[in-house]
Amino acid sequence: MTERADKTIELRVLRYNPEADEKPHHQSFTVPYTSDMSVLQGLQWIKDTVDGSLTYRWSCRMAICGSCGMMINAEPKLACHTLLRDLAPGPVTVEPLNHFPIERDLVVTVDDFVKKIESVTPWLIPKHPKPVSEGPYNQTPAQLAAYENFSACINCMLCYAACPQYGENPKFIGPAAMAILQRYDGDSRDGGSALRIDAVHGEDGVWGCTAVGACSDVCPKAVDPMHAVNQNKMNTALDYFLRFLKKRDAK
Amino acid sequence: MEHIEADILILGAGGAGLRAAIAAAEAAPGLSIALVSKVYPMRSHTVAAEGGSAGVLKDTDSLQAHFDDTVSGGDWLCEQDVVEFFVEHCTPEMIQLEHWGCPWSRKPDGDIAVRRFGGMKIARTWFAADRTGFHILHTLFQTAMKYPSIKRLDEFFCTDLLVDDGRAQGAVLLSLSTGEFTAVTARAVIIATGGAGRVYPQNTNGGIVTGDGMALAFRHGVPLRDLEFMQYHPTCMPGSGVLFTEGARGEGGFLRNKDGYRYLQDYGLGPALPEPRNKFMELGPRDRLSQAFWHEERKGRTVETPHGAAVLLDLTHLGRDKIIERLPQIYDLAKDYMGVDAAEQPIPVRPAVHYTMGGILVDGRTAAPLPGLYAAGECSSVGIHGANRLGSNSLAELSVFGRVAGEQAAAFAQGSSNGDTGRLLDQARAAESRALALLNRQGKGERHTALRDEMTAAMERGCGIYRLGDETQQTCDTLADLKKRYADVTLDDHNRVWNTDWTTAIELGFQLDVAEAIAYSALDRKESRGAHQRLDGYENRDDERYLAHSLAHYRDGAAPEITYAPVTITKSTPGQRAYGEAGVKLEEAKHKHD
Repeated sequence: MTERADKTIELRVLRYNPEADEKPHHQSFTVPYTSDMSVLQGLQWIKDTVDGSLTYRWSCRMAICGSCGMMINAEPKLACHTLLRDLAPGPVTVEPLNHFPIERDLVVTVDDFVKKIESVTPWLIPKHPKPVSEGPYNQTPAQLAAYENFSACINCMLCYAACPQYGENPKFIGPAAMAILQRYDGDSRDGGSALRIDAVHGEDGVWGCTAVGACSDVCPKAVDPMHAVNQNKMNTALDYFLRFLKKRDAK
Repeated sequence: MEHIEADILILGAGGAGLRAAIAAAEAAPGLSIALVSKVYPMRSHTVAAEGGSAGVLKDTDSLQAHFDDTVSGGDWLCEQDVVEFFVEHCTPEMIQLEHWGCPWSRKPDGDIAVRRFGGMKIARTWFAADRTGFHILHTLFQTAMKYPSIKRLDEFFCTDLLVDDGRAQGAVLLSLSTGEFTAVTARAVIIATGGAGRVYPQNTNGGIVTGDGMALAFRHGVPLRDLEFMQYHPTCMPGSGVLFTEGARGEGGFLRNKDGYRYLQDYGLGPALPEPRNKFMELGPRDRLSQAFWHEERKGRTVETPHGAAVLLDLTHLGRDKIIERLPQIYDLAKDYMGVDAAEQPIPVRPAVHYTMGGILVDGRTAAPLPGLYAAGECSSVGIHGANRLGSNSLAELSVFGRVAGEQAAAFAQGSSNGDTGRLLDQARAAESRALALLNRQGKGERHTALRDEMTAAMERGCGIYRLGDETQQTCDTLADLKKRYADVTLDDHNRVWNTDWTTAIELGFQLDVAEAIAYSALDRKESRGAHQRLDGYENRDDERYLAHSLAHYRDGAAPEITYAPVTITKSTPGQRAYGEAGVKLEEAKHKHD
């Protein structure tokens, strides 16, 4: 009863092999597809049956592991979450995520992104530390809702590929890291925002954002990093103002 | 070859590996920990766990009840002393995760909410909407960044263990980004590499779930225990096998056949009540529900989809608001991939392979028989799942036993001396040569992907929801043939940088070994118990002969040898497994008897 793949679509895939190619180039593949096949499944068909050297990351197939972000028709998308039928009749261009160095084909370097996450002190610093034996902290659904969206970031990096500021200045802290920072700052159990404020300040911090909002548009999980950036702009403005007051009082 | 010296080496950085790393770092801050993963840790398959994690919380609940549900759910093949330890430690571990920031769903007053789950007598499943594994993984990944002694080796693929002087002492790693090899030597090694569900064609598992750690331990003489028990999850997406959480039924979802009939009442799970009731109907255990599907299909009472037969997961009566609040991911998956609005229409679902209940043989404190080697999480068989795992016991398992593994490995590392580096590096170079031989093999051999497809088809046929001895034997024969052909596969890609053609081929080697262990264990167990059900004269449980763990022993160039080991029984003598009204009657009779 399996649906027959009697339609085809052309995938124009960016190829780059650092051991052989001077520069990246596109290669076209004609892929048979069914109505429920994703771009990822199209790439898997190529790799399994046509060219085993085609290189991309993937794992969960259900838009939660964040591995398969790539530019599909010039937009940052999860390949597992983009259906070929929605791109028909094609051709479909498939390229590595913008703004990241290419390692091979559709694989980009992730290290800098992970370092940015590390830089925001991404762990809970309890406001009122207590041992496990004293039980869980209380957190009302409203308090949970204050940061829950930001905690849903799957680290897929689509927002960095969409962010014009990150494209211009790779040191810019960027949308996802800001969302993760706000996920902890906004958590009623956390008291560590003072430790995170330095990641927000400065040229490469939150003020680098030019408020285009592309990050939130492309987020597959409705995390709305733009909103996190805005909250941090408010927080840092307030922090600046309070420091100013403290300095003045000290005088 | 690069050489990294560490005190503790952890292979796998999903939930169990991360929890182990944190535990080791806290127990012994002076020890260096190398945490290795073939993907970035947040891509690990823990991320896909949806429904929740068990831990006794309600005043009306008890550790005894969690123990009883787990042991009877496992059809009495559980190590009962280990289950006792497990249920005691689940709730503190869930609280620990809470203290680290895990965004558990809450009751209106701000206390932790728990939901119903299959086979559990009382609601005791902690959940973070329907993204529990995702939140546990990210909480652990980000918390692990706190500890300077944890050195991550992201996107390093393990090709072999280093075993010398009768001790596990390290591993050989292939860096995906460079294609170069690194030897890590360490005084203790923890394997936390997850399950092997990708040996089947339709499964809920990510592409990375290829049994690597199981095969590595197996090849070094550590038995794989109870591997014939592969869990089919009853509600998955036809075709891809993507999971629809049991939490959907915990929240009140119904399973219907093509006539709209709640068919589970025909399989000893009824009566069909309008409200969800623990251990009744849709909240029965996974093995029974998957088996009921099999019968419905043969009765012609399933619906047809482009990917074969399905039944219907009906959430429509829950209302859109509750679905979006409690099951947002399910709602999106149905909408995005199947074009089904779960608030308006039922979702077509079918069973798919979900979880490897057996694994690397370890004792109740995660130590393998090979000194210096520990295993935790899905790759291990610590003994809590028996013949059928209850939903929400695996996230709890990786927390409880990940921690134990970290602490045990730290203690072992502190109490042992460094090995002979020269000999270990010689071994590492030999492993490198073997991996390079595959990379450089010339000619027009078969593609490994073709072999993989034959393997998965054979596993579904001979080691599926129901097993027939002659079909299982055919699967064993097919696997032996595939292993021969595997020796001659050639790659399309002969480059070093990011060669996933190469790593996928190495993974297939791991998969074939684990698949053989599954198939021979299934062939040898001539009874029906939990997820291992036979239809060739062995339809009943046979405690006299098979109240025993199977142990598959690796033999180079030959089929694995299967032996048996006793099951530890502490306080629950094997009894009848019953659910629905029959379960209530059985319980009443038991209490009268007491």
